[in-house]
Amino acid sequence: MAFLEILNGAFVAAGYRVDLLVQVVGKLGHLPRRRGLVADQFYVGGIKVLHVVLLVGFSIGMVVSLQTGLELSRIGQQDQIGTLVALSMAREMGPFITSTILAAAVGSALAAELGTMAVSEELAALEVLSIDRVSYLVLPRVVALAILCPMLTILCDTVGIIGGGFVARSQLGVGLALYYDTVIDSLQTPSKLFSLPKDVYAGLFKSFVFGIVIAIISCSAGILARGGALGVGNATRSAVRDSIILVIILNYFMTWYFYQQ
Amino acid sequence: MKDGGGQSIIRFEEVSKAFGPKVVLRGMSLEVKRGETLAIMGPSGIGKSVTLRHAVGLVQPDSGRVIVDDHDLSTISREDLRELRKRMGYLFQEGALINWLSVGENVALPLRENTDLADEVIREKVEEKLALVQLRGTYDLMPPELSGGMRKRVGLARALVTDPEIVFYDEPNTGLDPEISMSINHLIRDLAERLQITSIVVTHLVSCILVVADRVVLVDQGRVFAEGTPDEFIRSQDERVVRFLAKPYD
Repeated sequence: MAFLEILNGAFVAAGYRVDLLVQVVGKLGHLPRRRGLVADQFYVGGIKVLHVVLLVGFSIGMVVSLQTGLELSRIGQQDQIGTLVALSMAREMGPFITSTILAAAVGSALAAELGTMAVSEELAALEVLSIDRVSYLVLPRVVALAILCPMLTILCDTVGIIGGGFVARSQLGVGLALYYDTVIDSLQTPSKLFSLPKDVYAGLFKSFVFGIVIAIISCSAGILARGGALGVGNATRSAVRDSIILVIILNYFMTWYFYQQ
Repeated sequence: MKDGGGQSIIRFEEVSKAFGPKVVLRGMSLEVKRGETLAIMGPSGIGKSVTLRHAVGLVQPDSGRVIVDDHDLSTISREDLRELRKRMGYLFQEGALINWLSVGENVALPLRENTDLADEVIREKVEEKLALVQLRGTYDLMPPELSGGMRKRVGLARALVTDPEIVFYDEPNTGLDPEISMSINHLIRDLAERLQITSIVVTHLVSCILVVADRVVLVDQGRVFAEGTPDEFIRSQDERVVRFLAKPYD
């Protein structure tokens, strides 16, 4: 019985998220009125987590470079380290790391903020004031994260590649000129759809989707929060957990779509 | 005081509501006439606020109907409900201010969102309503800087800024000192008389109903069990009314 209740709750939550996404798409025309709120969210979701993305991206680039470089050097292929770091960062690590940071730092804050509004009757007040909460609260957050996530991913990719170069030179004895030549060569695969190299746009497209997923899940968790501080805590936890799970699952399917033979 | 003999604007017809196993309303029926101020009294936790929430469509009844200005809130379209709510004001128990907006921005919010008024006109209206609730000079303060009573008064200014036809007050005196509390009571009375506003006031304070109410209903166990003018109410010999009034709420 408890299992059925959990299953039912999961279906209800999934349905609410899909409905929220559809409503957001339907209200994209409200964006010009909401530009101030979108700008606020850029600050909260972008500027405030920028240093985390840069630090983690740089460290991940160093780790990828060291781990793969050590193996490549055993077979005398350490010159190719730039290729591996660039592809790893652009295809997977950049979008995944950035979205994980955003889910943890921004998604949790979104869920807590809207959850607090829900339990303190602020959402009810908006409704009574005839203010569309999807347009006023959700739309700016979804749009901001959909734009921010790819932008931060570009920065994460870039500092990751720089961090990898730092390790390649200091630990593996690969010259920086060679490293950056292989990086640039590896990111040249043309795409059929855009002028961007395929590995770059595939990663950025993933980030765009991840940004929307994190915002929708976090906003819905907050709006559905009930029961005071405990409810807000539950909403925050479920927002981060569900965002990361869905990011991982969607990541597989998008990778399969872009790179299937 | 009005005789309440006018046209009905809010009507509850046998409304029942339960939240899980807890039954809150059991066939609640009441009626509010246009321009009348109805006070809903009763012990804590018996569904007074839930009754107000039904009247603005925040909660749907499990059975029965809530009719507001000839609209059945169970079947009304989302758009019509939004239009109907623009004619209403609602004072929440804790004020329900948007935490990241200043006092002035909170009060201005319904005007900015639902009208095309110029910024100067909005500012003027906001300052006027803030003065009405004795909060001059607080436009730029943020909600965390306010006391509970001030938050409530900002909530009241926000509820009144659109000059609504119907206003719902959920415990308008809670958290206020006696002087401010009495001034809010007189404000509610004054608005009702000057602007013919229809009001429902949820309260447990006899001092409040004596000033604001044209009619009082006493609610217990999910339904109305006593009704009358404030004078009739305090002179009532009904055992349950006497027992309620004997409790030290005021």
